Amino acid sequence: MSGQHSTYEPKTGFTRWLDSRLPIIRLGWDSFIDFPTPKNLNYWWTFGGVLAMCLGIQIATGVVLAMHYTPDAGLAFNSVEHIMRDVNHGWMIRYIHATGASMFFLAVYIHMLRGVYYGSHKAPREILWILGCVIYLLMMATGFMGYVLPWGQMSYYGAVVITNLFGAFPIIGKGVTTWLWGGFAVDNPTLNRFFSLHYLLPFMIAGVVVLHIWALHVPGNNNPTGVNVKSKEDTIPFHPYYTVKDGFAMVCFLILFAVFVFFMPDALGHADNYVPANPLQTPAHIVPEWYFLPFYAILRAVPDKLTGVLAMFGAVGVLFALPWIDHSKVRSMRYRPAAKLFFIIFVLVCVGLGFCGANPPDKPLFGDGGIGFTLGDANLNSFVWLSRFLTAYYFAFFGILFVLGFVEKPLPVPDSISTPALSEKKG
Amino acid sequence: MANTVLDTTPHEAGHGDPSRRDFIHIAAAAGAVGALGAAVWPLVDQMNPSGDVLALASIEFDLSKVMEGQQVVVKWQGKPVFVRYRTAKEIAEAVKDDNASLKDPATDASRHKDGKAQWLILVGVCTHLGCVPNFGGGSFGGWLCPCHGSIYDTSGRIRSGPAPRNLDLPEYAFLSDTKVKIG
Ligand code: HEM
Ligand code: FES
Repeated sequence: MSGQHSTYEPKTGFTRWLDSRLPIIRLGWDSFIDFPTPKNLNYWWTFGGVLAMCLGIQIATGVVLAMHYTPDAGLAFNSVEHIMRDVNHGWMIRYIHATGASMFFLAVYIHMLRGVYYGSHKAPREILWILGCVIYLLMMATGFMGYVLPWGQMSYYGAVVITNLFGAFPIIGKGVTTWLWGGFAVDNPTLNRFFSLHYLLPFMIAGVVVLHIWALHVPGNNNPTGVNVKSKEDTIPFHPYYTVKDGFAMVCFLILFAVFVFFMPDALGHADNYVPANPLQTPAHIVPEWYFLPFYAILRAVPDKLTGVLAMFGAVGVLFALPWIDHSKVRSMRYRPAAKLFFIIFVLVCVGLGFCGANPPDKPLFGDGGIGFTLGDANLNSFVWLSRFLTAYYFAFFGILFVLGFVEKPLPVPDSISTPALSEKKG
Repeated sequence: MANTVLDTTPHEAGHGDPSRRDFIHIAAAAGAVGALGAAVWPLVDQMNPSGDVLALASIEFDLSKVMEGQQVVVKWQGKPVFVRYRTAKEIAEAVKDDNASLKDPATDASRHKDGKAQWLILVGVCTHLGCVPNFGGGSFGGWLCPCHGSIYDTSGRIRSGPAPRNLDLPEYAFLSDTKVKIG
């Protein structure tokens, strides 16, 4: 695209006829066959293709599940059991869909962290990055609403807690939650609308993905050096080089996927979700799906309800501003030793937050409660205090990036993509 | 007339008020926005509680089903309502803490009907994020919320944890000594 002149030449009469009416083959050719791509992309760049595959898998299995699923509070749980026991291959299709959501999030987290590390969010790719954040938001909404559909205990109380987050806002809060529920509690109307939206949103995601790829193909790919493409020497055609590389990554990813689907399908879920929803009894320990755990930990780290909710939304919201927060002229952290260190800590902190989210807040970190002393409202030796420190770092990281943009002294950056292959070490 | 329309310098003299054209533009835009709003509103408002949901406004409950020291959970408007028959000890503990430092100060007397201190009737929805607190849990013998650890006392007042308010009181009235109408 981007002023690139097209190398597509229709060969048959029909394709010539089509090309002068709807140049769709040309579009595909220029985007995925002859698209000039930096020659030094590593495997972190293969997750875009993996993500597209994940979306395809979710839509294909989801549409099929919807043929057997009943969105009614009295029938939903049993219809999922019906899928598991009676529908031909139903168990497999459902396990693929349920595991697929986890795999999708695994891939998107890698994809996003790749972006942060190599500075892919920086000019001229800000819109590309923001569209990615929009996709991530839509994915979270879709994943959340999908998890409500089987109408088990975890489904029900997940829906209760998340919809109540909006109740934290003064004045409008109560009206908004009633509106979301369509009643005075999570109930049948809530389930129905969640099913409708769970069906819709993935197609909206697909639409935003098109914009995302469009915004990618204007400036072209970033690359591990973060240096702009300078000449034709720096690029190779997308096909066959990256179709093959992406394909190989997809196969590896599918192996991991299959291990979960066929050998440990319930490892990523919760046993309580095989208990039908009971609005009168909350299970003893409720936790969200693993991909929401870091945000859940941030929510619980803050003692005040509204502040906690704002911190949680802020943790996602801050990503939208990243292109302007991380303003260092050097894109790739390969050449930013300080930023690289803080980035690695950031990744560990996110994992740590996930760990905190999975544990009860007052549980001691060491020993069985004998050790430690009370600081403020809780024992210092507890998950709630750990999550407070980690939450502080989560937000501080963005401040650090901003400051580093002024003070950090980067390593020498290669003149072009082609030079480091010869003279620089990898990083 | 045609001249007026094509005149590119209408602000000079002549044909009435120069802001008439602006007025037409603004009126048309406002009309379009109004029409759009009118079309969108039903699509938004349909998500609010429907007539049949609103109609399930009240229920009656027979108190003789609850034993002293126990609680029964009934469903009202899709929400759990705790009907707790408090022991003398639980009432005394609640009254004793009337002047303790409370996040959401309230006397025990304000949380039950006059002369019915044994009957504590509360909406069983944690004021944090809506889970159902467990009966008898927590250090005050009231309720413990399993979700994020909010602790309520035997008056349903918030004593520790992230919940901001005491458990809500539903609207209710005693129809007789053994019958209560909730809602
Ligand atoms: C972005 C893509 C999608 C994601 C992340 C996603 C996620 C989920 C999740 C986490 C569940 C709960 C799985 C379980 O524990 O049982 C679920 C269930 C479900 N989803 Fe999706 N989904 C997606 C796309 C779709 C689409 C496109 C459809 C339909 C057209 C669909 C239909 C369903 C149905 C019917 C269920 C209930 C059956 C079940 O629980 O297995 N999904 N989804
Ligand atoms: S919902 Fe009860 S403590 Fe959070």
